[in-house]
Amino acid sequence: MKVTEKDVSYVADLANLELTEDERTRMVRDLNSILGHIDNLNELDTANVPPMAQVSELYGVDRSKTGCERFMYASREDVIEGLRKCLPHDEALANAPSSDGTYFKVPKVIER
Amino acid sequence: MATTSHPAISARGKYEPVIGLEVHVQLLTASKMFCSCANRFGDAPNTNVCPVCLGLPGALPVLNSKGVEFAVLAAMALNCRINETSIFARKNYFYPDLPKGYQISQYDKPLAEFGHVNITVGGVTKKIGITRLHLEEDAGKSLHEGFPGASETTAVDLNRSGVPLIEIVSEPDLASPDEAYEYLTRLKEIILYTGVSDCNMEEGSLRCDANISVKPKGQKQFGTKTEVKNVNSFRFVREALEYEIERHIEVIESGGKITQESRLYNSAEGKTYGMRSKEQAHDYRYFPEPDLLPLVVDEKWQSQIRATLPELPEALRARLIADYGITAQDAAVLTISRSLADQFEAAAKAAKNPKRVANLVQSEILGRLKAKNLEIDHSPISMKGVAASADLMESGAISSKMLKDLYDLAFEQNKDFPTIYEEAGRPEQSRDTGALEKIIDEVIAANPKQLEQYRGGKKTVIAFFVGQVMKASKGQANPQMVNDLLAKKLDA
Repeated sequence: MKVTEKDVSYVADLANLELTEDERTRMVRDLNSILGHIDNLNELDTANVPPMAQVSELYGVDRSKTGCERFMYASREDVIEGLRKCLPHDEALANAPSSDGTYFKVPKVIER
Repeated sequence: MATTSHPAISARGKYEPVIGLEVHVQLLTASKMFCSCANRFGDAPNTNVCPVCLGLPGALPVLNSKGVEFAVLAAMALNCRINETSIFARKNYFYPDLPKGYQISQYDKPLAEFGHVNITVGGVTKKIGITRLHLEEDAGKSLHEGFPGASETTAVDLNRSGVPLIEIVSEPDLASPDEAYEYLTRLKEIILYTGVSDCNMEEGSLRCDANISVKPKGQKQFGTKTEVKNVNSFRFVREALEYEIERHIEVIESGGKITQESRLYNSAEGKTYGMRSKEQAHDYRYFPEPDLLPLVVDEKWQSQIRATLPELPEALRARLIADYGITAQDAAVLTISRSLADQFEAAAKAAKNPKRVANLVQSEILGRLKAKNLEIDHSPISMKGVAASADLMESGAISSKMLKDLYDLAFEQNKDFPTIYEEAGRPEQSRDTGALEKIIDEVIAANPKQLEQYRGGKKTVIAFFVGQVMKASKGQANPQMVNDLLAKKLDA
């Protein structure tokens, strides 16, 4: 599979990125080199390896436990502000490019 | 010139609608799905927010275990198979009320699959498949109008950002707007019984998108579908679907093609409009959420959750019909909410004769409610009140005529039965045998022919005498006493 300029333009568009001609050429080259590396990995026979969404599934869990208990360390009880306090209202809005002191303000959105 | 029928109406019979529904339900957890901000509707804008739900760089999500339990409970109530391992995925799109630029959702490995809901339309029961039920987070809320500067700006409130949601996707098994309406009604009822959501459509805690296509009758392959988004009542879903079916048929009949698109329903006009959305907006580039572990709900946890599953409306109705001898229709009324059904059962069980409570609700309460256009949860006479009156009838203290009068008063003055009964001075039907005996003697004397029949062996004629005595006492006599006294005198 080879990444084309058209693919790069499409993905850039989805990601709201405006690329210059040079950047686009570089992206095509970089992405193809990454996919080339993946092709190397594809030489391995993984027919009997179950798909894994992420490595912490294997290396992050509490291995002394079984079943869902192994994963529980990464969840929490349903307690309001049990993890951390909410941000004070003014602090929450402080870094917004635009706000009216109550809401975040953005340029008019028509429809999704 | 002969009248010509509308082309779409005459063509309607040639087509079959195919409808599938996506329902989003907010879960009633105390805190949000991936952070510990309050999950509360109606608070001041942007006050229940933190770095996680504001999408600030570096913030990491932490799973709310209650949200998982609620989602699993709902899935079980909808007869789904729970996937022991499911994974979270990022759904990528840009919108101002989605500060991270992606929604944490589930994609190719959802929490639950293969469920169903039974619906009954026109006396026919049909099983509607549920493709999947998955966990995700809600987005914030965009306000497009109602504030200064609304013509140039959109206001964003992120209190809702990160609120736990379940998305319930039906199979395209629904063949009419009425079936869609019934499915939503049953689905909402089941969710309400589980208590995982308040399903309040005005507050957006239940939202529905409808997918609709039409195809020539008998054809296997589906037509091109449109999606009607974010309709805020079940009635409007039905109307929007009616409109879309007509529109699809009209377009196809006139040689056109349906464009696959999202549409909005304008309830004031009863029409749908295409949304101006970019075509590629549907490419969400899902990938596994690297910040969250796989979601594992093993058998032990599943069975703990299953133990909290309440009796569901369908089973409850069947049991009420069997236990209290009420009709299916009344069972439907008594189970419109779990709390009403609980009240009814508690009252019926506390009463000396549970069936009498059911009968009174059926014969004396429902009609009066209908006449006053009241829902049963606003009945002036509570289930406890019904039980109290049932006991008074059971003991012979009041007659059915008196009960009816007291019920009328209760509905007139909007007071519960015990209050009305006290205010009326705890009336009792006549148990004065002297007065009653006099009436009975008069009735027997006035009906020599029936007396002769009775004495000749036709004992059933006693019913005639009872009726006459009750009539003569204007319904005030105690039927049991009338029976006893009559039998004594007739057999003398």
